[in-house]
Amino acid sequence: MNIVMGWHCFKGVLIREFLRFVQQRSRFLSALVRPLLWLVVFAAGFRAALGISIIQPYDTYITYETYIAPGLCCMILLFNGMQSSLSMVYDREMGSMRVLLMSPLPRPYLLLCKMIATALISLTQVYAFLFIALMVDVEPPVIGYLSVLPALVLVALLLSSLGLFLSTQIKQLENFAGIMNFVIFPMFFLSSALYPLWKMQEASDWLYWICMINPFTHAVELVRFALYTQLNTDALMITAGTTLLFTLLAVTGFRPQKTGR
Amino acid sequence: MSIKIDSVSFSFGPRQALKNISFNLLPGRFHALLGPNGAGKSTLFSLITRLNALQSGDINIDSLSIKHQPASLMRRIGVVFQQSTLDLDLTVMQNLLYHASLHGISTTQARVLATKELSRMNMADRSNDKVRSLNGGHRRRVEIARALMHKPDFLLLDEPTVGLDPQTRRSLNQYVRDLCTEDGITVLWATHLMEELSSGDPVLLLNKGEILINGKADDLLAKSGEDNYTDAFHALTAGYTEFNK
Repeated sequence: MNIVMGWHCFKGVLIREFLRFVQQRSRFLSALVRPLLWLVVFAAGFRAALGISIIQPYDTYITYETYIAPGLCCMILLFNGMQSSLSMVYDREMGSMRVLLMSPLPRPYLLLCKMIATALISLTQVYAFLFIALMVDVEPPVIGYLSVLPALVLVALLLSSLGLFLSTQIKQLENFAGIMNFVIFPMFFLSSALYPLWKMQEASDWLYWICMINPFTHAVELVRFALYTQLNTDALMITAGTTLLFTLLAVTGFRPQKTGR
Repeated sequence: MSIKIDSVSFSFGPRQALKNISFNLLPGRFHALLGPNGAGKSTLFSLITRLNALQSGDINIDSLSIKHQPASLMRRIGVVFQQSTLDLDLTVMQNLLYHASLHGISTTQARVLATKELSRMNMADRSNDKVRSLNGGHRRRVEIARALMHKPDFLLLDEPTVGLDPQTRRSLNQYVRDLCTEDGITVLWATHLMEELSSGDPVLLLNKGEILINGKADDLLAKSGEDNYTDAFHALTAGYTEFNK
């Protein structure tokens, strides 16, 4: 494979994912409605119950909406990663995956192209969410919208590699509901997305430690710090390491005909 | 150019789907791969297209081995699968451009190639239509155009006419035969519809994962003692259905 061929291939995969995304407007809307509901409804209810002390990276008291905004950005990426996993399983069952696999280019490269394309498309939804969040006074520094971009790309890659890995483990489309119960919800709720970890530690030490080993927690913290133009090195290392691990697992575990006989 | 399937066996767990299959394909000829459902045709296709990994034996195009030079080999193969693999929500052109990009072809070049192949199939005027709006015959034509875009030497078609009306079946079959004579493409056409056969066609008859006949279409008649291909096929594969495998 030469670079030019690789570039044409990546462009083709990206354009296809983008066209599919544009055509599924309801997917775009539902991806936005979900975090916005949390931001507007859930946050309003919990604002009084959850006091947020001054914690890093914030230098003052913040509203609950401001606290959960980075977690909700990651929630969008998490659902998109799982959506791409679902579409991989669907494509495999329906046969359209074969078009991808008939390419003479190396399969690990094809899977990486698909993963990166999914990640890039997720970013447009995150920025749309951040734009709407301005209306409920979630106002990070202007430069934060730029400094958060690399963090969002890395987290999007982490979650799309997790999605790809899960798709290699799912034999049938029907098994996908289990992913909702055993991956998405625990990952999201057992993280620092909705409440700071010190709050969790007050409730239970073991819950705190589960949150600490959840890579999603570190992804949320990476985005939270980057949105306020700070680098959380620990979060970066853990997020990058987990991305690499899931990518390797996904690429090596991929079998074209998982549904088999 | 030579295409050689060499001592290929394949099992799904305890069930052996192909048993030590070997044959050569003649360059520029239309070959019919016959067999009842479950005979091993689709398994053989999945091995040639690398959707399943070879367990034993080898597949070669000229000196290229699927084990050692899979990328070079895949560049020379075009495939139409039994199950449609078009993206229904994309247009015909978008589907073709996607396929070309996966072969590392630029968009500009791909548009030229796609237009040429669609014109040959009288589908150029449908290039901006969504695939969902096409009927079964037109979708098949698009799939054949797509399979030819990267100029393969070897075209595989896995029961491409299933579900189509007789007239469309005949015209597709004739079109692919013309590809052999005009472009020198070697074709392997899997089917269990005997009316798609012409006397003189090189034929491979698979049954229970084994080759029963590797010869000419008329060998079916000679071996079965019947006077038409349909009866010959039934006689030679008698007693075998998917229910009793």
